[in-house]
Amino acid sequence: MRAEIAVYVVLAVLALIAPFLGLYPVFLMNLLCFAMFACAFNLLLGFTKMLSFGHAAYFGASAYITGWLVTAHGWGTLEGILGGVAVSMLLGVVIGAIAVRRQGIYFAMITLALAQVVYFVCLQAQFTGGENGLQGIPRGSLLGLLSLGNDRTMYYFVLAIFVAVFSFIRRIVHSPFGQVLKAIRANEPRAVSLGYKVDRYKLTAFVLSASLAGLAGSLKALVLGFATLSDVSQGNSGEVILMTLLGGSGTFLGPVVGANVVVTLQEYLSDLVGSWVSVIIGAIFVVCVMIFRRGIVGEIQRRFGQRPD
Amino acid sequence: MTTVFGVPLPAILGQLMLGLVNGSFYALLSLGLAVIFGLLGVVNFAHGAFYMLGAFAAYIGLQVLGINYWWALLLAPLTVGLLGVLIERLFLRHLYQVEPVYGLLLTFGIALIAEGVMRSLFGASGKSYPVPPLLQGGFNLGFMMLPIYRAWVVLASVTVCGLTWFLIERTRLGARLRAATENARLVQAFGINVPVMVMCTYGAGVALAALAGVLAAPVIQVSPLMGSSLVIVVFAVVVIGGMGSIVGAIVSGLLLGLIEGLTKVVYPEASNIVVFIIMAVVLIWRPAGLFGKEP
Repeated sequence: MRAEIAVYVVLAVLALIAPFLGLYPVFLMNLLCFAMFACAFNLLLGFTKMLSFGHAAYFGASAYITGWLVTAHGWGTLEGILGGVAVSMLLGVVIGAIAVRRQGIYFAMITLALAQVVYFVCLQAQFTGGENGLQGIPRGSLLGLLSLGNDRTMYYFVLAIFVAVFSFIRRIVHSPFGQVLKAIRANEPRAVSLGYKVDRYKLTAFVLSASLAGLAGSLKALVLGFATLSDVSQGNSGEVILMTLLGGSGTFLGPVVGANVVVTLQEYLSDLVGSWVSVIIGAIFVVCVMIFRRGIVGEIQRRFGQRPD
Repeated sequence: MTTVFGVPLPAILGQLMLGLVNGSFYALLSLGLAVIFGLLGVVNFAHGAFYMLGAFAAYIGLQVLGINYWWALLLAPLTVGLLGVLIERLFLRHLYQVEPVYGLLLTFGIALIAEGVMRSLFGASGKSYPVPPLLQGGFNLGFMMLPIYRAWVVLASVTVCGLTWFLIERTRLGARLRAATENARLVQAFGINVPVMVMCTYGAGVALAALAGVLAAPVIQVSPLMGSSLVIVVFAVVVIGGMGSIVGAIVSGLLLGLIEGLTKVVYPEASNIVVFIIMAVVLIWRPAGLFGKEP
């Protein structure tokens, strides 16, 4: 416990001083957005053992909606974010209601197929800008008081939301609701026999995860100023799985670590090796699945004899 | 000119023909997927990548080694099938003890590797593969021109699907295969080498995907990403037919190709998503799929 607190304190200090260490703030914000996305995903995979293969749909749809509301309708930043999250929540309800009827790989295939519907809608709809995506999305200001145009101000805004989301997920997992989710993870038929309405719990977890993934997507659109088809594509769904798996699914810090590794790798390798990046990503996938199923944080926790969360 | 719902009849028949060709690919691919799932319990995400590799094997064979279409039809599935055998031996085999989702994730990684390698070597743009001389030209059906090659694709695919069905449902080997699907340990106890059978089944399923790739090479552009979105459609087809059901895979593959073609006439914007919508409806109405048994 004490070691855990120490780790969080070090991380918090690092996060606070990061923009002053010569790191590019936009890159840091991108890291935070994907870390948030992976944490939201982990709520499903790690704590409920539901593998969604279409989480890019919520991330991407929310990015598009926020971008569209802010750019075409002149909405404020916070309203735009809320609008995006509301849409991804709605998508989560519809897709989740269909998908939770099946388990395991069926669940994965259904979420994948329905996410593909969202992809094609984004490709063909007018407001998304088709192949070009939405560009020049303004960051706006916080309640008209604090302009977010400055990279450092925006960084602390994103960091604050990230910390809130991270704490929220911890709170959920440690709540009675989270205990039921873990019971479903451990033995679903048993949870049913104990009288829990398992489908309802799973759907709630799914909608929560989709909404938080949407929040990450909205922020990403505001940070980078664009929303594109790659946000909503199957490749993005795969990457968030990899981040969670590599960092350690079912641990709180795992997705954060995984997102950092994957985003940094892509950032620096794509200049060096071009399209071989996807080969490297694929190879990491294979290694993770074959011999490293606990992930980085999971391995560290095991080595130091800590119980998994 | 005859019209149906305000659409000229030849346009409808033309799209139905195209739909039937697409449906043949769906049927071949979902058949392989269903066979693999039935015995291995693995959802093979790399299926689209193997389809792509089959098309590339034909392309490379023609450009570099001068192997013609007919030999490619035999050699490409064999080569890619052997690659599948190797992958089963080296990777998949070690995942049967853990949860099935890891098989899905592993094959997803393998698909990324295969697509990345081909894109690095050949670029992202499409390559064209010529229609073999024997199958050029078309029949005039009076209301439309039917390209011989497309008719050949449908014929070849339906024949292969039929043969596979016969092999699995009506032969001794197929009986063992089905028995191993029910209870692998018991079949092993009877002295049948189940691990080798599993390995060959994966190879055969992969070879079917590669065969579909060779058949597709002359009608579409051969490109590294040709399988990545197709595999998701095929997943939906398999879910609709009922996972692991051989007949379900073949019938729903052909049927959904036709429905997709029809949608292109009636409401083109929805043609990309109609299969997924049908999947959602089927799942609500019959969760095990049209031909699947309730678990």
